[in-house]
Amino acid sequence: MSLRVEDLTVYYQTLRGDVRALESTTFSIADGEIMGLAGESGCGKTTLANGLILLVPPMRHVGGRVLLDDRELPIADVEAMNRFRFKEISVIPQYAMNAMNPTRKVGRMAAELLRSRRIDPKRTLPELEKRLDLVELNRSVLKMYPIEMSGGMKQRMVMVLSTLMDPSLLLADEITSALDVSTQKAVAKMLVDFRDREIVKSIIVITHDMSILYQIADSILIMYAGQLAEKGPTETIIHSPRHPYTKLLITSLPKVGVKHDATRLTGIPGKPPLLLDPPEGCRFRERCPAAFERCRDVPPFVEIEPGHFVACWRETESNA
Amino acid sequence: MLRLENASKIYRVGTFGGKQLRAVSDVSFTVKDGEVVSLIGESGSGKSTIGKMILRLIGITGGKITFDDRDIATLRGGALKAYYRNVQGVFQDPFSSYNPIFKADRVFEIVRDHFFPGVEDREWDEKVRRSLESVGLNPRHVLDKYPHQLSGGQLQRFLIARALLLDIRFLVADEIISMLDASTRIDVLNLLADLKERGLAVLFITHDLSLGYYISEDAAILYRGCVVEFGRTEKIYDHPAHPYTRMLMASVPRLDQKWEDVEIELRAKQEDLSTGCVYYERCCDPHRSERCRERRPRLVEIEPGHSVACDRYSTDG
Repeated sequence: MSLRVEDLTVYYQTLRGDVRALESTTFSIADGEIMGLAGESGCGKTTLANGLILLVPPMRHVGGRVLLDDRELPIADVEAMNRFRFKEISVIPQYAMNAMNPTRKVGRMAAELLRSRRIDPKRTLPELEKRLDLVELNRSVLKMYPIEMSGGMKQRMVMVLSTLMDPSLLLADEITSALDVSTQKAVAKMLVDFRDREIVKSIIVITHDMSILYQIADSILIMYAGQLAEKGPTETIIHSPRHPYTKLLITSLPKVGVKHDATRLTGIPGKPPLLLDPPEGCRFRERCPAAFERCRDVPPFVEIEPGHFVACWRETESNA
Repeated sequence: MLRLENASKIYRVGTFGGKQLRAVSDVSFTVKDGEVVSLIGESGSGKSTIGKMILRLIGITGGKITFDDRDIATLRGGALKAYYRNVQGVFQDPFSSYNPIFKADRVFEIVRDHFFPGVEDREWDEKVRRSLESVGLNPRHVLDKYPHQLSGGQLQRFLIARALLLDIRFLVADEIISMLDASTRIDVLNLLADLKERGLAVLFITHDLSLGYYISEDAAILYRGCVVEFGRTEKIYDHPAHPYTRMLMASVPRLDQKWEDVEIELRAKQEDLSTGCVYYERCCDPHRSERCRERRPRLVEIEPGHSVACDRYSTDG
């Protein structure tokens, strides 16, 4: 078991009260698993990722724990986490393209980064160059400024830097959304390649684009308004989802071959609740076509078949 | 009806504007009333530049764009204003289309000041109400709000409603879906389909092939400012002929097929051409003919010590 998250709850502190962005989240990721994390904007995807690696104010750790390779991560302690960051758990941030220091040549920036982690840059250089070859970047990029590189090149460079210490878990936050389709495909395939070469043990790919996840993820976790909705193998989530939200989400996606005059798709009416004062019980209740009395309580995230978890009373009650 | 005839845009770049950058070269196509044409391409393909030229936000360097057979570059004063009554644009980022310190409905007031100065308050409110309802918004929920109080989908529909106030006939929709969440995306797309049924022509600019397929009759595939493939959407998607289109089709992440399967399928389709000249698709020689497609030319010696495999030099037949 590479990662185990137990009951993790993270709130944002604001003047108007706590924003309950992540509520009692429990799930685990196996060794070698690429898990996709999907949901609409504001559903808590990035909060979950930050909760695992950089829990700083206004975020507040309310409860729960995180185990990486059976060791508990001191997620609430910013200083203590330094031992784990970059080496055990690493992130490719959402705006990775702008994550590099524009005033430094890439090579110098990489050296500074390594030195700050007390690693000798000279000794790491051969490995760094090998990794550049792996992502098909010319070694001369180390002598370039970030402005001289294209979006895809920058994204790949950040990918190399983030994984240089062979972290056990890699968090990739919306890394393909700003790229062109052909670059997107290349970067996505490189993520898989990094896993296959065991450079990283497991990956969480955060995106709102389900079709990318269908291409590369082993499993998909769907979130809605700070709660987990469903987790299961990719094929199951895409082809036979059980949670009403997942079902509506999948059917609302246009596919090549679907035309509006032949098959008119429908969206999900309504919008997600404000997390400052979210409704009690299942947060999807108000938009859910299948909602009933029971939904006033928070549905448990239950394994309905091996590896397939759903938080919906309709599923749990019928199985009970 | 909007028509582009060899429209080109050349930007002057470099410190003293000494270098030229061809953003759009010789693009020609027609958008008829009640028709949606998708302009598909990656970043830097010139798709937004074409949209901006149609909206006259930037000038045109060569060729011309006509609306109802009038060259739009010649429009001045009243005629230009009349043009904007017919042609409007909506852009990618709904959040940056609003001034955050004013209420969102200010965009309607601006239209009123410019185009309908004589209209009574009551009549105007009614007009706004109707146009909001036609884009599927409840006026009571969305009027009198600041931009941050509305969702991206609502703001985007607001902008379409603003365009509809003018009884437009042509809409330039530049990546209007890409910033929206999956659950609201399809509502905006369906709205465009409804407006199309009522006779609105739309230039739908996108990088997402499945969105283009859902909404449009015709599609133009752009690469580096040139249209490399144009035609009925189904035809282009089912039988992409240009190597670039094929690459695009193989790269777009799909929910019904994995990348590997698409690649295999496309390769199989490509096999059909495998009997012909390998360079057939990319060849722009005037000599190119059906024969090149059907028969692979053999290497022929054209001068001592120099051979070439091209139908043009083939000796047999």
